Amino acid sequence: MELNVLSQHEQALKLRALRNEVLSSNIANADTPGYKARDMDFSTALKHVQDGSLRLMGTNDMHLGAGRGAAPTTAEQLKYRVPTQPTLDGNTVETDVEQAAFAENALMYRASLAFLDGQIRSIRYALKGGD
Amino acid sequence: MSLFKVFDTAGTAMNAQSVRMNVTSSNLANAGSVSGDPDKVYRSKQPVFSSFQESLNSQSGISGVRLDGIIESSAALSLRHQPDHPEADENGNVYVSNVNAVEEMVNMISASRSYKNNVEIINTTKDLLLQTLSLGR
Repeated sequence: MELNVLSQHEQALKLRALRNEVLSSNIANADTPGYKARDMDFSTALKHVQDGSLRLMGTNDMHLGAGRGAAPTTAEQLKYRVPTQPTLDGNTVETDVEQAAFAENALMYRASLAFLDGQIRSIRYALKGGD
Repeated sequence: MSLFKVFDTAGTAMNAQSVRMNVTSSNLANAGSVSGDPDKVYRSKQPVFSSFQESLNSQSGISGVRLDGIIESSAALSLRHQPDHPEADENGNVYVSNVNAVEEMVNMISASRSYKNNVEIINTTKDLLLQTLSLGR
């Protein structure tokens, strides 16, 4: 079913947005002493989402499909970056690396958007009977 | 939508970097100022940054930049013998501020580059959001 494809790209889009946030946090803290840069392993994270191992956090037993207990948060999927060059103040942000990752991530976000857009267009086309 | 938080994060960083630029310009303006009293001499000032996680974001590992304060450098003042100076003490000496002009220039370049980086982040994220808004049109 086509709608399934839609949801796949939707999940990818959500993760890309999250990674965008993490990388921008790294760049924002490029001059903060002791800050440790983080990033996510995108393919593993996407797999987790698609396996359904990421669920909503439940604060009440009545919550649907959740139950009590913290969901595995995205923070747990974030890993610390290993710097290629150490700094004196303990900061592990390497601005060029972060910028490259950010650019790649933004591009992939746009790619996912384009795929989604195409899917929506084809569904519309089918609905209108090729009009 | 989580992309909106990027504006907050980059905003805190831009704020911190602009304070750093201000402090640097104050230091450069006062470089080489002298006084006969070591307590009254201008001392180089430096901002201190730290990262903080907003309460809502505490799980996501995303943090902004906070300005912890501005400290005065404890580097030694240099002493210059200049008896004709109106501010000179009884020995004919004046104290010169401990601003290091080279360090301050480096600080200025670093701050302006970091600021620009964050502007780029905001621009890119804004583009992404606008494209998302026009999805399926």
